[in-house]
Amino acid sequence: MPITGQLRHLEADYDVAIVGAGPAGMAAALGARARGAERILLVDRDAEPGGILLQCIHSGFGLHAFDEEITGPEYAQRYLEQVLEHDIDVLTDAYVMDVGPGGRMKLMSPTVGVTGLDARSVVLAMGARERTRGAIRIPGDRPSGVMTAGLAQRMVNLDGYLPGRRAAILGSGDIGLIMARRLRLEGVEVVGVFELLPHPSGLMRNVVQCLDDLDIPLHLSTTVVGIHGRDRLERVTVAPVDDGREPILERSWDVDVDTLLLSIGLIPDAELARELGALFDPVTGGPVVSGTMETTIPGVFAAGNVVHVNDLADWVSREARVAGEWAAALATGARRPDEDVRLVPGDNVAYVVPHTISRDGTHTVSFRVKRPIHGPTMLRIGEVHRRKVRAVVPAEMVTLQLAPRMLEGWSGAVLRIDAVPAEAVVR
Amino acid sequence: MNHRHDRQPQPQAIDEDVATHVYLCTGCPLGCRLEVDAVDDEVVEVRGFNCRKGDRYGRQEHLDPRRPLSTTIWIEGAAIRRVPVRTAEPVPRDQLVAVVEALRGLRIAAPVKRGEVVVADVLGTGIDVIVTRELPAVGQRDHLTTGQDPPASEA
Ligand code: SF4
Repeated sequence: MPITGQLRHLEADYDVAIVGAGPAGMAAALGARARGAERILLVDRDAEPGGILLQCIHSGFGLHAFDEEITGPEYAQRYLEQVLEHDIDVLTDAYVMDVGPGGRMKLMSPTVGVTGLDARSVVLAMGARERTRGAIRIPGDRPSGVMTAGLAQRMVNLDGYLPGRRAAILGSGDIGLIMARRLRLEGVEVVGVFELLPHPSGLMRNVVQCLDDLDIPLHLSTTVVGIHGRDRLERVTVAPVDDGREPILERSWDVDVDTLLLSIGLIPDAELARELGALFDPVTGGPVVSGTMETTIPGVFAAGNVVHVNDLADWVSREARVAGEWAAALATGARRPDEDVRLVPGDNVAYVVPHTISRDGTHTVSFRVKRPIHGPTMLRIGEVHRRKVRAVVPAEMVTLQLAPRMLEGWSGAVLRIDAVPAEAVVR
Repeated sequence: MNHRHDRQPQPQAIDEDVATHVYLCTGCPLGCRLEVDAVDDEVVEVRGFNCRKGDRYGRQEHLDPRRPLSTTIWIEGAAIRRVPVRTAEPVPRDQLVAVVEALRGLRIAAPVKRGEVVVADVLGTGIDVIVTRELPAVGQRDHLTTGQDPPASEA
């Protein structure tokens, strides 16, 4: 089917306006439609909807959303087809300049110029951006050839250029692992992946399929301590780190490479929420959200990587659908639920999303552990729910379903989420 | 370095015929270290798993390890230069590099549809290579989401 017509005319007001047309934004749009919103606008800054999915050509998407393993572009296109079937206004090449209180939105695009519109509800679905060299302050020169793994991914998969001939990768996040394989298959020599932590940051399956399969070494508890090269990168210095993650410089060594990819984490791209004055979670780097995915600014919702970095697009879409549904519900006159229960991280839990919930709804509670537990693990939501799982690692987000019946007879106000070795649980 | 990155397979002789190969189960975050005892292609025993999935995975990894494969190829007459493709099914692990190399010089022309076969039975594997993204021809302005003029064709 054709992608979409060029939207040349915007309504003056929308029930729901969504910023970002990736896996979150498209799912939010469908959720909003399902819950009865009439006028829905989906805005994206790129030339086409799809977001980061378009450059994620590997498979691993869709197992939950479509019950089938597909690639990023296929996942994007399936969502887009539904978005178009549901007659949602899609404005691409557009930049949202400002979201004001009360849903006044100002945007700019070649087709509609600078325009203002009113949205009863707004969903922020801008995703995340990559942490860059500045975030970790590696000393040394500033040659070309040092870039984020996602930029290299875009270069290779969309533009058809290789970033170099001999590459090292700092950080074992999933994009870095996937790019190690991708570059190696394209004939680039990948000398190794260097990870500061004593365990990989990416999914196990990527460690096996991207590194082990292709004999690419993974150096754990090791980091890059120097970057050398005048115009082009020539060499990096790497060193093991001690228990306090301090480099042991006496044991450093040099690696000749012309390319260094950084896969050192993602951070929510949540500037619009910050400008609005929304409350933020210092751990996730994203806005605080309720069980309906509403931020602390009434009428402004957020979902997906703009709230917390997920490891599967499928989770992003699921969460964003909830945001879209509630954005529509509130825009069409529904009452906001009483969100009087707080969810807080407890033992071995780094963060929990959402931050508050109502007692009468069904909620998906997502969280990440701080440390891996390589054995039976008890996940607890306060005293109201527990579930045993085989193992937990920080690389894989954990989700639990919380149903109203679990809260029956419970009158507290705070639920602590814990993830502890199952043996340690005293009933 | 931890156990996750042990090289594999590493046959260790137990007696003359049975060799033990080590694989890492990717079925869940536990990442069980599977030991597969085998006489050539005959699996005698799988150990180290914590659920049935691991038993199955160990056998499959030993007998016929397969991997999903995606790459991109040149496309002419579209708004971008590369179109993503994948093998319709996972391919044998030891043919990953060969398949990518076989596709490297390939050029196709827009428009293409999702699921369109670009190479049938690649390298005699019985597996097709399919397009994973719809790309209209740049002339077809109505089909573009962008309001801008398309970039000049690479052709
Ligand atoms: S064997 Fe079972 S428990 Fe162990 S890693 Fe595989 S799926 Fe997980």
